[in-house]
Amino acid sequence: MEPIVTHTGNTAVLPRVNVDTDQIIPKQFLKRVERTGFGQFLFFDWRFLADGRDNPEFELNQPQAAGATILIADHNFGSGSSREHAPWALQDYGFRVIIAPSFADIFYNNCFKNGILPIRLEEEKVYKLMENGKDKKYEITVDLPKQTMTDGEGFEETFAIDEYYKEMLINGWDEISITLQYEDKIDQFEKNA
Amino acid sequence: MKPKTIIEKIWESHKVHSEEGKPDLMYVDLQMVHEVTSPQAFEGLRLAGRKVRRPDLTFATMDHNVPTENRSSITDAVSKKQMETLTENCKEFGVEVADLNSPNNGIVHIIGPELGLTQPGKIIVCGDSHTSTHGAFGALAFGIGTSEVEHTLATQTLWQSPPKTMEVRVNGRLNPGATAKDIILAVIAKHGVDFGTGHVLEYTGEAIRGLTMEERMTICNMSIEAGARAGLISPDQVTFDYLEGRKHVPEGEDYEKKVEEWKALATDKGAEYDAVVAIDSEEIEPMVTWGTNPSQGVGIHGRVPSPDDAKNNAERKAIEQSLEYMDLEPGTKMTDIHIQHVFLGSCTNARISDLRAAAKVAEGRKVADGVRAMVVPGSQQVKLQAEEEGLDKIFKDAGFDWRQSGCSMCLSMNPDFVPEGERCASTSNRNFEGRQGKGARTHLVSPAMAAAAAIAGRFVDIRYLEEVITN
Ligand code: SF4
Repeated sequence: MEPIVTHTGNTAVLPRVNVDTDQIIPKQFLKRVERTGFGQFLFFDWRFLADGRDNPEFELNQPQAAGATILIADHNFGSGSSREHAPWALQDYGFRVIIAPSFADIFYNNCFKNGILPIRLEEEKVYKLMENGKDKKYEITVDLPKQTMTDGEGFEETFAIDEYYKEMLINGWDEISITLQYEDKIDQFEKNA
Repeated sequence: MKPKTIIEKIWESHKVHSEEGKPDLMYVDLQMVHEVTSPQAFEGLRLAGRKVRRPDLTFATMDHNVPTENRSSITDAVSKKQMETLTENCKEFGVEVADLNSPNNGIVHIIGPELGLTQPGKIIVCGDSHTSTHGAFGALAFGIGTSEVEHTLATQTLWQSPPKTMEVRVNGRLNPGATAKDIILAVIAKHGVDFGTGHVLEYTGEAIRGLTMEERMTICNMSIEAGARAGLISPDQVTFDYLEGRKHVPEGEDYEKKVEEWKALATDKGAEYDAVVAIDSEEIEPMVTWGTNPSQGVGIHGRVPSPDDAKNNAERKAIEQSLEYMDLEPGTKMTDIHIQHVFLGSCTNARISDLRAAAKVAEGRKVADGVRAMVVPGSQQVKLQAEEEGLDKIFKDAGFDWRQSGCSMCLSMNPDFVPEGERCASTSNRNFEGRQGKGARTHLVSPAMAAAAAIAGRFVDIRYLEEVITN
């Protein structure tokens, strides 16, 4: 997994609530048996018109969102299906950080396994960021070890994150290798069961 | 000793390792696997040269992609490949799989209980958010992503932070016409689509105790639609009776011993939860959703709300988004909404009792002109049982399509879908945009309400169906 320590990137603003993983990656693209190549299908039904052209109305297709690596989203982002294809698609498209007032649990968890940093931030602060980024290119720098983010124009915030997940992202750890260090404890547990 | 909830009891008995500043390393008793969320997990094992630690605690089925008309010829090459990949992976790693030829094949959350794999006190995971269904037995069951599927295959454990606990109390007795589906839709409508985030829900109260196991599964199934990590119900005699004699359940003395263990799991009197919500059964009418998330539902005599009814900014946005997608005007009566499709199926409502309830409504009646209605049993066993009872005949005589089992139009990964702009009364669990097909409009209801909608061509109060169709 690609580690994240500090990250600077352009933002894309998606002011929709309850964006579920069916929207992030519609089911017709879940049939692949690989982990890669899902970015082209990200937000498919919103992103493309029936004839396959880009939907100019869709937030991610607007010029100010070009090349965005930070997604600013609304409440309950990633709800619904547990499909990890959702973070795979976001990551493959280029997103490394997602900022929202709240996330659905499984999606939140899945992000860490795929080198995406999900940041929970109070609603009014997220809406402030949306305001800043909605009509222009708007860059943010996130510093994971310090747990801060800034836009260099006066916006500066700290955010909370579980120590364990923070370490995992900073080091790009493979979780299974970590767990296998506890193999004798697992053996023991099975013996006692 | 401090009284404990069943959630705390299960948690404590499954900790393999625990230390300050880290999630707990939790032992997993059963992993269910299906074809969509597992290929990349098996591939990961293969690349790292790892094995499945406990193939005996792992059980696979194929359900999401399965065609429900003719199972022997799968025309979608990519679907076919995904199912073949599962078969090969299971063979290579020694995992039992209920493939398309198995009499035990069916939707993963229906066959686990059917085979008695699902038992009280277990931690059960699956790469599928509706794993919460198994909580009906007093198991702690939750959906995980594919990385965690791989992690569980390799280590039989998962790193998990302890959940917060929430009691969802359903007081009183249910109104006639209201079902388990209406309870859960009403709870989510009342408390919101993410009220459960970070929590494991325990459903309690007189109305819950009065439910059969199949009804309890319907409720626990939709815990994820409240954003909860899981939902469960303390086991009781109803649970034990359901399990006795099933394939993977111990027999004789061993069974008796198990029952004693299971009894001790129930939440202790006086145990405290981190949060409590409640609903009175008298408030619960047969429900219909009008929007694009499961909390956007009202009783059958209700109306489509207006953005001005919203309690906050987020809800206003949600209502606006939904009205646009669903093409509905505020103030429309639910009983004035006409439908073109009916889907009776899914892990929420495709067990035998669901089919019986719908058949009772369909018996001797006809599906309305212009409505396409289909029944997709949750498993091959349910299908067989229904055919033995003659339910297939009732449905077919009434003009319903009678299909093979599978997920089908719950998410339309197989050839079944709702065309753009058309409406479907569905017994499934998600009314998300595009869930049943691009531009499809889904209204969630109970099986009896779905059957009644098929007959009337619009939503009707199941209690007054006779008057509606004779007028
Ligand atoms: S029936 Fe629907 S909700 Fe249930 S497992 Fe299948 S796709 Fe998921």
